[in-house]
Amino acid sequence: MTIKELAEKLELKILVEGDDDREVTGGYCGDLLSWVMGRAQSGDCWFTVMGNINAIAVSVLADCACIVLCENSTLDDDAKARAELQGVWVLSSEENAYTLANKLGKML
Amino acid sequence: MNNFKLHFTVPGDDFTRAGEASGSVKKTLKDLGFNPEIVRKCVIALYEAEINLVIHAGGGEIDVEISPECISMVLTDQGPGIPDVALAMKEGYSTAPDNVRSLGFGAGMGLPNIKKYTDEMKIDSTVGVGTTMYLKVFTN
Repeated sequence: MTIKELAEKLELKILVEGDDDREVTGGYCGDLLSWVMGRAQSGDCWFTVMGNINAIAVSVLADCACIVLCENSTLDDDAKARAELQGVWVLSSEENAYTLANKLGKML
Repeated sequence: MNNFKLHFTVPGDDFTRAGEASGSVKKTLKDLGFNPEIVRKCVIALYEAEINLVIHAGGGEIDVEISPECISMVLTDQGPGIPDVALAMKEGYSTAPDNVRSLGFGAGMGLPNIKKYTDEMKIDSTVGVGTTMYLKVFTN
């Protein structure tokens, strides 16, 4: 399932359209950046409320497929600029991480 | 492939630039065709160490040497030093201030993550003088 397909099925709002519509192969929920960094897998859809510039860096370095900001958490302006620069997909939803991850789990 | 050497200066307390060195190393390793898992190990370890320079040390220097067999990373700072390295290595132990925790850091996972994702890790630290961290990831 690609990120665009994921966005459609989970009714996500696209905040930043990244470089490639790559495959989503798993999911990870978490807000502590080092925790996520050490555990998220390449290709994961990362559900978080952290919309700061460091979250963008973690997503890039951990090679997540995309970031989904849950519960309408905000994407900082500098984070948006960094995501655009680095081609990182950032999406958002009003639903919480549990609900979204549960839906994703059923789709994979 | 000739050995590559990269050098970065990391400014302290500037979270907007944290990750620039790690990102640059990631790009270089990918461009050189290293296995994605090797790239991932290197950049996770390096990012954690880079963040530590920003949070704790007032910045520092990073030297990376890339050969076909090994990626070597040395991080040097003139920060306050680590009084008890063994304690700092424990998962969950953190001295990060509240403003840093609010950014999502300070989970006490930095040094454990570095150890987990490198093949060799050595810390030389003297309180009041600074810290040097030596990291190696082997490619085979």
